[in-house]
Amino acid sequence: MTAITKPPVSAGVQIKHLKRLEAESIGIMREVVAEFRKPVMLYSIGKDSTVMVHLARKAFFPARPPFPLLHIDTGWKFREMISFRDASAQRLGLDLIVHTNEEGKARGISPITSGSALHTAVMKTEALKQALDRHAFDAAFGGARRDEERSRAKERIFSVRSAEHGWNPRNQRPELWRLYNTRLRDGESMRVFPLSNWTELDVWEYIAAEEIDVVPLYYAALRPVVKRSGVWIMVDDERLPLEPGERPEMRLIRFRTLGCYPLTGAIESAAATPTEIVAELRDTSRSERQGRLIDSDEEAAMERKKREGYF
Amino acid sequence: MIPGRRGLTGRRDKDLLRFLTCGSVDDGKSTLIGRLLHDCALIYDDQLAALERESRRFGTAGEDIDFSLLLDGLEDERQQRITIDVAHRFFATPERAFIVADTPGHEQYTRNMATGASTSELAVILVDARKGVLPQTKRHAFICSLLGIRQMVLAVNKMDLVGFDERCFEGIATQFLAFATGLRGVSIQAIPVAARFGDNVTARSARMPWYRGPILLEHLHSVEISGGGTDRPFRFPVQWVNRPNGEFRGYCGTIASGAIAPGEEVLIAGSGRCARVKEIVTFDGSLDRAQAGDAITLTLESETDIARGDLLADPGAPPEFVDQFAGHVIWLSEHPLVPGRSYLLKIGTRTVPATVTALKHRIDVNTLAHLADRTLELNEIGFCNLSTAAAVAFDPFEVNRDTGAFILIDRFTNQTAGAGMIAFGLWRASNLHWQALTVGREQRAAVKEQRAAVLWFTGLSGAGKSTIADLAEKKLLSFGRHTMLLDGDNVRHGLNRDLGFTDADRVENIRRVGEVAKLMTEAGLIVLCSFISPFRAERRMVRELTAPTAFLEIFVDTPLDECIRRDPKGLYAKAKAGRIPHFTGLDSPYETPEAPELRVTTIATTPESVVEHVLDELRRRNII
Repeated sequence: MTAITKPPVSAGVQIKHLKRLEAESIGIMREVVAEFRKPVMLYSIGKDSTVMVHLARKAFFPARPPFPLLHIDTGWKFREMISFRDASAQRLGLDLIVHTNEEGKARGISPITSGSALHTAVMKTEALKQALDRHAFDAAFGGARRDEERSRAKERIFSVRSAEHGWNPRNQRPELWRLYNTRLRDGESMRVFPLSNWTELDVWEYIAAEEIDVVPLYYAALRPVVKRSGVWIMVDDERLPLEPGERPEMRLIRFRTLGCYPLTGAIESAAATPTEIVAELRDTSRSERQGRLIDSDEEAAMERKKREGYF
Repeated sequence: MIPGRRGLTGRRDKDLLRFLTCGSVDDGKSTLIGRLLHDCALIYDDQLAALERESRRFGTAGEDIDFSLLLDGLEDERQQRITIDVAHRFFATPERAFIVADTPGHEQYTRNMATGASTSELAVILVDARKGVLPQTKRHAFICSLLGIRQMVLAVNKMDLVGFDERCFEGIATQFLAFATGLRGVSIQAIPVAARFGDNVTARSARMPWYRGPILLEHLHSVEISGGGTDRPFRFPVQWVNRPNGEFRGYCGTIASGAIAPGEEVLIAGSGRCARVKEIVTFDGSLDRAQAGDAITLTLESETDIARGDLLADPGAPPEFVDQFAGHVIWLSEHPLVPGRSYLLKIGTRTVPATVTALKHRIDVNTLAHLADRTLELNEIGFCNLSTAAAVAFDPFEVNRDTGAFILIDRFTNQTAGAGMIAFGLWRASNLHWQALTVGREQRAAVKEQRAAVLWFTGLSGAGKSTIADLAEKKLLSFGRHTMLLDGDNVRHGLNRDLGFTDADRVENIRRVGEVAKLMTEAGLIVLCSFISPFRAERRMVRELTAPTAFLEIFVDTPLDECIRRDPKGLYAKAKAGRIPHFTGLDSPYETPEAPELRVTTIATTPESVVEHVLDELRRRNII
């Protein structure tokens, strides 16, 4: 009768605090499914998205999550991410929509030749808007957390977007108790962030407790890298042109966040399991987004991107 | 005292305290949180480097780091150097995990402060030692107590600027405590601090040896956190019905209070029906017991008609179930609360149309005095009677925050317009029943060989509404139809002679007319109503009130210039001379109908041909 096989009971969350976060996220997801016409879950293949998909399986058990996953493929994701994406969707029996901004691709937009700002605007923000419009989704889950970045810390769990997908931070709806106002006018849509109150450490403790599979790039291994602007960039394939004199070297590295590979810096680390990562995080002096080249363009980079429709 | 790097220690088996900082502008809320995060080693090196750069550019702390920039995450906030919206931050010490909401001090952003307070268990209320207790200090303390916060810290900040003077601290603490005796069940700890330097925040200050109470972090560690409601009766708002196939039917939701186990009985509130719990289903296996805060799926022994919005409850301690109740409302919208206007009320997982039937009093946040008033403006607080379109299950907010809280949603802007806390149900609701009648509207209309209908003529003063309605009624009579005409001016001479032209009175005027029109449709009549009725909300209210009777909104669309030129009663001239305030079209708005059944123009045509148009429409709809 069940649509999805049950994992062993012992895999359940044992930690009180994580259980509370889990219950809050599940409540948010159910509210969306109950109140919206056509929701979708943004799936970036990263650890937060992966935790979000895991929570969705819990929220609707024994049914499958009653919405598809949407991946915005810029064409510049690590190869291991793409294979993990396809294998996960198949293993979990979830609908996966992959969307690429074909027009941007035809124009040859790339993070290397176009710069990170234009690449992000065209291949991520524009592509996302195209996909949401094409399928007429009225609510989209995102895995963003408030502790990632200070403009995220200001956003509601249910965040209204205009017909043009813009965020208006000056006019956010009050959000009281757990009474989420889900009403929309024609053309508007809702972005919903079930992991708002999770921290990076919570996510890893949860991955460890629940034994959730994530892309192996999060775990330390010897990988070919070059150093650029002070960060390690992995040479994933021949599309990354090497600069004169640059020679890839093998380093024991891992990624704290995953994006487009020419824009995502790795850290030197020997942490090869979730438990080792939890231990490493307790000791680190650098924030999670330090490796993200697209956020440091300017101090309000994230807010500006969100106003334009970025997640 | 400072936990150092170990501040990032995981939250294994620790509990969580959610709190907020509030108080007036520039009392140092963001600085206090910045200091807490910094001293608990929660600010990473790259964030600190960025903060130093920005402090030089925007900061107000001279050469020092301006911690408020860490929290004021919006561009506007950094440029204007104020906090506009609530920021949520997370930190943990070896003893406890915290979620802190940094909220704005400006009165105009009170709704964002209320957002932070609604999920908090403790409030840190800051006061600038130089300024003492301000109206905004009291407003925030009162809102916190209304929203159910029972633990407050009065942090008297900037003690360095008053020479760490004990008497200054004592004076402010005494003044605040005197005010707070009017707040119910609140316990208060006053602490003198200098947030910018960390005195008595995370480390005991050597500069205030006279203070022997707990410092802020100690207090945050030691306050008791409420048990989350496991000791109260079982409440489970059904959020979503899970039906993956014909065999499985599960009720999903988060337990609001109490606990449940398989085999126990639950009451479906309001229905009088009970059912036995078969299984508590989760992804991680079935449970022997679940309690407040758990997100679960219940299956029941018997097939029962249960939908989203129902409340499952302990049959031994049922919730109230009424369609009229009284409670506090905090108003969060620029459009004032108007009694009689229809809003959407969301309580638990249930959303129903609702109106505030009476504003019993408004509360002066400075004195907590009760004042008579007609409306509530943005950020005002009142005690109201409310009426819902269908009965809802609830507990008083004081007993249960989850089942006693509601929000009011503006039906046109979709904004969250109000936050409410139910105090008690009104006896009328449970003791006043509809008298079932054998003869109804259909029968009464049938003997007149017609269908009852409301023809609602709306438009500016002088648009020609009354002329058209009058002529239309004459025509209908000549066909032998049974009609009644309600006209704005005439009604105001009798039924509504006590009403003026403020927004609140206009709404009440239309509400009464709507009720009268409804009675007349019950009599089987075709009712013609001629009213300016400038607000969409009220036209919609009448439409819903008279449903399922046919309702035709007829927009008499005469441009303002033309109405002013005609000015049949000389009213525009008087209004322009300043002798009639709140005149629609001049200094009071007219909200154009978005989708009227009929729109008629009166320029370059005769009233007779307009009326023919109206009659055609009635024939098309089989009313005549």
